Formats: sequence, C-alpha cells, structure tokens
Amino acid sequence: MGRPEVVVLDYGAGNIHSAMNALRHVGANVELSRDSKAILNADGLLVPGVGAFGTVMEDLRASGAPRWIGQRIAGNRPVMGICVGHQVFFERGVEHGVQAEGLGEWPGVVEQLDAPMLPHIGWDFVCPPAESDMFEGVANERFYFVHSYAVQKWDFEVGNPKIKPPQVTWAHHGVDFIAAIENGPLWSTQFHPEKSGRAGLQLLRNWVETL
Amino acid sequence: MSVAIRVIPCLDVDGGRVVKGVKFENLRDAGDPVELAQRYNAAGADELTFLDVTASTADRATTFDVIQHTAEHVFIPLTVGGGVRTVENVEKLLHSGADKVSISTAAVARPEVINEISEKYGNQVLVLSLDARKNPELPSGYEVTTHGGKTGTGIDAIAWCEEAEERGVGEILLNSIDADGTKDGFDLELIRKARAAVSVPLIASGGAGKPEHFPPAVEAGANAVLAASLFHFGPEDMVSQVKQAISEAGYPVR
Repeated sequence: MGRPEVVVLDYGAGNIHSAMNALRHVGANVELSRDSKAILNADGLLVPGVGAFGTVMEDLRASGAPRWIGQRIAGNRPVMGICVGHQVFFERGVEHGVQAEGLGEWPGVVEQLDAPMLPHIGWDFVCPPAESDMFEGVANERFYFVHSYAVQKWDFEVGNPKIKPPQVTWAHHGVDFIAAIENGPLWSTQFHPEKSGRAGLQLLRNWVETL
Repeated sequence: MSVAIRVIPCLDVDGGRVVKGVKFENLRDAGDPVELAQRYNAAGADELTFLDVTASTADRATTFDVIQHTAEHVFIPLTVGGGVRTVENVEKLLHSGADKVSISTAAVARPEVINEISEKYGNQVLVLSLDARKNPELPSGYEVTTHGGKTGTGIDAIAWCEEAEERGVGEILLNSIDADGTKDGFDLELIRKARAAVSVPLIASGGAGKPEHFPPAVEAGANAVLAASLFHFGPEDMVSQVKQAISEAGYPVR
C-alpha cells in the first residue's frame, strides 16, 4: 500500500505547516487545498483552526468547505478536526458574548472554561474510553493544549441501538471539558497532536493508518 | 493543578546561528539551531523559544528559515521573539511555523499592538516578554526595561503586566535583569508579585544556575521555566535533571 493522501483544508487558518509536517512525518502525502475535487478525493481531510470560533466559521463558510466536509462524513470518508477545527463540529460557539453557529454535527456549545488560569496552555492528561482507536498506545500520555474555550457538557441523543454513539474523551482544567471525539469517520481533538511530541505523532499515525 | 510545569530551553539566534555558544560534544555543528532544537526535543523539552537577536533586516530573513526547518523536524511548541513590531511580523512568523510569538520593546513603545495581534490571532499566540529590573522608586519595586535591560522606561513592571493581560497577551515571560547571568536562582519576589497581579500563565527566566533553583520559582507562581546557558553549557541530561527536581518538589512534569 502506498502513502495515504491527506488534504489539509485551506481556508486561511494560521499555522497549518505544523500539521502538514507532522502528517508527512507519520507517513501521509499531504497537500494544502480548497478545491472540492481534491477535498472529496483525498483519503483523509484535516480541518485545522486557530483563533476565534466566529472568524473560523466565517472563513470556512466563505470557502464553501462545509458542504464537502458534510459529503465526506455522509460517505464515511475520514475527516479530522484540530483545536478550533474540532470546536466547529459542535452546534455553536460563544466568544466575548458573540454567538456563532457551528457545523452542528454534535450537540454542545463552545464556551469559555471556568478556570482560575486562562488560557489553558501546556501539557495535560486526557481520559479516553477503553475502546478508543485514536488513543491506542498513548492513552496515558500528556498532550499539548492551548485554548480558553471548549465544550463542557455532552448531551448526545442516545437511545437508538442502531446508532453507535460517539466516543468522548474528557480532560480537566478548572472544569471537565471535551478533549477529543471519535464518531465513525469523524475524529477531532481540542489539543494539538501535531505539537504533542512523540505521543501526538502516534495519535496522528493511528489516524493515518485508518486511511 | 494538573498541567505540567513546562521546561523551555531558549536559543538566541543571530544570522541563522545560535549565539551565546553551546558546549555539547558529538554535535556536528554546535551553532546550528535546528540541530540543537532536535537535541532538546529528544531530551524532553516541553517547548522551545527562539530569540532573534539579529540587528539587520537581511539577517532576519534567515530566522524564518530556521523556524521553518525546525518545524519540519520538531513537533513541540515553538515560540519566536525578537524584532516583532506589527501584525504583519506575527503573520509571517506564524506562517513560517512559529506557534507563538513574543513581543517586548515594540509593545512598550505602542501598547495597542497587543490588541491588534490578539484580535487577529487570539491571545493564546502572544507572549509578553518583560525584562524587569529592581527600582525602589516604583510602586512594585520593579521597572520595565528595553533593549535587553540597558534602557529604563520608568514604567512599573507589575502595572505593565496587568495592562498587557487586559490588552490581550496569553502568557508573560518574566525575565529578571538583576538575576540574569548570576546563576544564583530566580528573582522569586518578581514572580510572586506578577502571580498576584495576573491570571495568565507565567514563564520565569533569569538566574537559573542548577536544578535546585527551579522548584522555588514554581512555588512562587511560575507555570513554566526558561533558561539558556544552563542547558547550553550544562550536562546533556540537564532538561531531565530540571524536571526531576521539579517533580521531587511535588509539581507535575511531562
């Protein structure tokens, strides 16, 4: 098997080179693109994101990408979101009192953490579920976080045995918050695996190996 | 507290080379910042700070190459400072592979630049780098200096921390000009006063001479510790020695 093709979504996000470098390092061919054909054809799509939720959503919409992201998820094609690229998959974000609508894949609001020290910057532990594929081999490692906002409540509508509920990984900084989600073809992390040293590279390798 | 105390080696870069020198043996080229960065990464450093001490614009371009090459090989956070004056400077550094930028003299000259950078990229990308020296005539007893401690500003250092936090910095790098180079330990009073004034993470810098100097800085309120010479000239396992000292004092490390 050759190296899987990963497209890093190009919609004007800040430092995307780290994610591209890290994915190359763990065995992917990586291309930065906003072209619908490239987005749909890639073995994996990575959605980066830095800055304010509202701005990121505006830029995402302006790029037309939400539609292609949706098509990939509907077609069971892998997508991974990082940091604000993780937050946008929830219903909405509230920053400085300003509400912005997210992609709405999952219920939940991205809100400021109620913590004595913000931003939450540094290496922290997470609590993945036992059956997690994302954290295989790195469940007990620290990952690098740099954020002030996160989803702190999880109200996924369970009850239908035909629907496998998403697997949620929690972390704690002042309050419990969602650190990662595995939901079929859609994986996402609040922390930065591309900046989390050996543990982060292993997590990305776990993803690339599914492609 | 569960966030690990970060241990951060600092590399002073001039014209694409590490200055202040390094002592490591078996390093093909001791002055190569990319190679040194890889070595610190392997030794367990939690983050790296590059300080661009270049005076000329021509040499500054080489710093972008250094950051770019480092980011291709080293997958931990990279902070870059020195000569950052505008939103455009920040943008260029972030696009070269920096995760955070630190700002110092330019923010003192024009504090609004903090708001401008923070509004565009969020406060988590911006580190206020503060060179403070003792001055009993100011309310906190500390004065903001610029140009590496050579120039006084008459501005109270702790009041400046508060203003910078309000304007939108996500971290403060506290460098004690009095302690810097002494190897006698950190200026704990400076750390305590800053800790009492702001709620963003604090990085302590200046004065580290041995691993035992680090736990008191954490006790005083530092969330991260930064040093240059101690790592450049110390034994190759100094990063883990420092972490061990912090851990033995009861604080979490990675």
